[in-house]
Amino acid sequence: MSITYDKTHPIPMPPILWDNKGFWDGVAKHELVFQKCKECGNWVHPPRPFCPKCRSLEKEWARSSGKGTVYSWVTYRESPHPAFKAPYSVVLVELKEGMRLVSNLVDIKPEEICIGMPVEVVFDDISESLILPKFRKAV
Amino acid sequence: MTVMRSIKNKTAIVGIGMSKFSRDSQRTELYLACQTIKAALDDAGLTPEDIDGLVKQTDDASDEHAITSSMGMGNLTYFGECRWNGAPCAMVMRAAMGVAAGAANYIVVYRAVNGASKRRMIPSMRTSGQMSTSDLLQWTFHAPFGHMSEVGRVAMIVRRYMHEYNIKSDQFGCVPVVCREHGAKNPNGMFYKKPVTIEDYRKSKMIVEPLRKLDCYEEADAAVALVVTTAERAKDLKQRPAYVLGVSQNMVLETEELNTYYRSPVAAFSEMAQVGKKIFSMSGVAHKDIDCVQLDDSYGPFVPMQLEALGFCKRGEGVDFCKGGDRIRSGGELPLNTSGGSLGEGHIYGMNHIVEAVRQIRGISTAQVKDAELVLVASGAGGPASGLILGGK
Amino acid sequence: MVMEYSPAIPLLRPLVTLDNRGFWDAIKQHKLVFQKCKDCGLLIHRPRPMCPRCNSQEMEWAPSTGRGRIYTWVNFVYANAAYPGIKIPYLVVVVEMEEGVRILSNMYDAKREDIYIGMPVEVVFDDIADDLTLPKFKRREA
Repeated sequence: MSITYDKTHPIPMPPILWDNKGFWDGVAKHELVFQKCKECGNWVHPPRPFCPKCRSLEKEWARSSGKGTVYSWVTYRESPHPAFKAPYSVVLVELKEGMRLVSNLVDIKPEEICIGMPVEVVFDDISESLILPKFRKAV
Repeated sequence: MTVMRSIKNKTAIVGIGMSKFSRDSQRTELYLACQTIKAALDDAGLTPEDIDGLVKQTDDASDEHAITSSMGMGNLTYFGECRWNGAPCAMVMRAAMGVAAGAANYIVVYRAVNGASKRRMIPSMRTSGQMSTSDLLQWTFHAPFGHMSEVGRVAMIVRRYMHEYNIKSDQFGCVPVVCREHGAKNPNGMFYKKPVTIEDYRKSKMIVEPLRKLDCYEEADAAVALVVTTAERAKDLKQRPAYVLGVSQNMVLETEELNTYYRSPVAAFSEMAQVGKKIFSMSGVAHKDIDCVQLDDSYGPFVPMQLEALGFCKRGEGVDFCKGGDRIRSGGELPLNTSGGSLGEGHIYGMNHIVEAVRQIRGISTAQVKDAELVLVASGAGGPASGLILGGK
Repeated sequence: MVMEYSPAIPLLRPLVTLDNRGFWDAIKQHKLVFQKCKDCGLLIHRPRPMCPRCNSQEMEWAPSTGRGRIYTWVNFVYANAAYPGIKIPYLVVVVEMEEGVRILSNMYDAKREDIYIGMPVEVVFDDIADDLTLPKFKRREA
């Protein structure tokens, strides 16, 4: 695991609002969806009301391939929050489609992480109220 | 555009006040703000009655009306706020525009933070129940993954930068070494007589890999105040004015404070690059004319990134520029953060960098650059940025 | 009427800082004091870290006579606009003390019909909880 939790402290829950609800609805169904502009096809993350390329308000939540590479990563040696046990790693994954997502890797040691490593999405059912998209080394 | 062109050389910083940096001021932030503003006014030869404008940082706990009612300022005709780590030079711009437009005569810019003792009235995260859009990004898409501290967010940028330019992590060490060398000469700072070596840097523990403790600023209790007025009025005051030759602030598409990860390259700092273009063209000076720089060193690796973004060297050459420290120490080609900066003097969100720039122009720095006439200051690396070129004429 | 508090919704405690601590320490001792500038003697409320008249930062706490007159007042009658932990209706007054400073507070025990601007009052101290004492006012004979 690249991240372990202290179960006595709840993980900060993402605030779910109109603009980002589609992402979290997808995660609940174990699907990695992102905002996609209906006008120009641009993938938009983080979600926002307008497409930054063409300014259209017409959007949909489209399923991504779930595959990408590690674009950057860090290892927390001191934990900033009691829910997370240091050391743990956080990655920035660049999906094939071009957008990037902050997440964690599973089944890997910090020393094994490298930029460019191919990864694919998995879903971690942490609790009844929290599922998170994470990534594992792609086979 | 017209207003900005017309304010070139029309305004100046005429007063500076700065508290000592400490780990426990034993005072409220408002107390420090008042004390430091008074010091800046004394420095300029002005009284509170002369002040008719106040500019503060958005998150600063000391509201303008608390300042006026504590200091006896009876008629404010200009007040404004700037936000983000890139606030300092932007606050000078806000003040310069105010005096140049005739909205006020003498404007005070201030900042007071008990960052170390935490004797603060504003908690570090907004707790009003309402989230701003930038909080939303953090809490929705970063926090659940344990990506929660400022250090972590900067580390993500630094890792990618190291990958793109094949930088080994101890190559960033020359920045804290030089800043602490300068800070060791500065009796007002937190690290007076406490330099560090590159060995200390290598041994310094990792906080969020790849950032080490010595790469990062330490929280401090401190306050800074500046007095800004027109070049005309500056002539009648007692100090050598530091004229604002170029000033700018910037935000680009996809700007988020320290979350540059959603665009490429992550360390391009386009906001800083735009600021650089603007202040050089506005002032009409060239890079080689700059006598010293005061850059955002809240995180050491930001320094090479800013040197690149501001055009002092090519992309990817920032670390080489700083290598060994010879070009950036006092006496070198481009002395950096001569009072120590955030890493070597103390952290007051970049405001002390402006004070040091003024001191260089006045000839009273603790690491004085010979005949310093042109100083560049930059704030807000990695987010909404701002910058300033101050001159002695 | 004496004010009634709901134990389920405690009163918000005053935010005590280094600059105003002297005021609240005195209240705890059942004394009403006001900030006084050591250099020019200006008496001022609310406390602040610098004298607005002479810019001195040397302050002391000067005892008040405790006597004043109502300068203005309001009556909280509508629950949505009042503090939920206090039973409505309740009076909030601004009293102008004999020394000249004004202080906001409650009437300790008064009916809305009986109070008026200019009414002479004097301070009393209400030990509401172990960690909360508040100055309040009651009618006095002028």
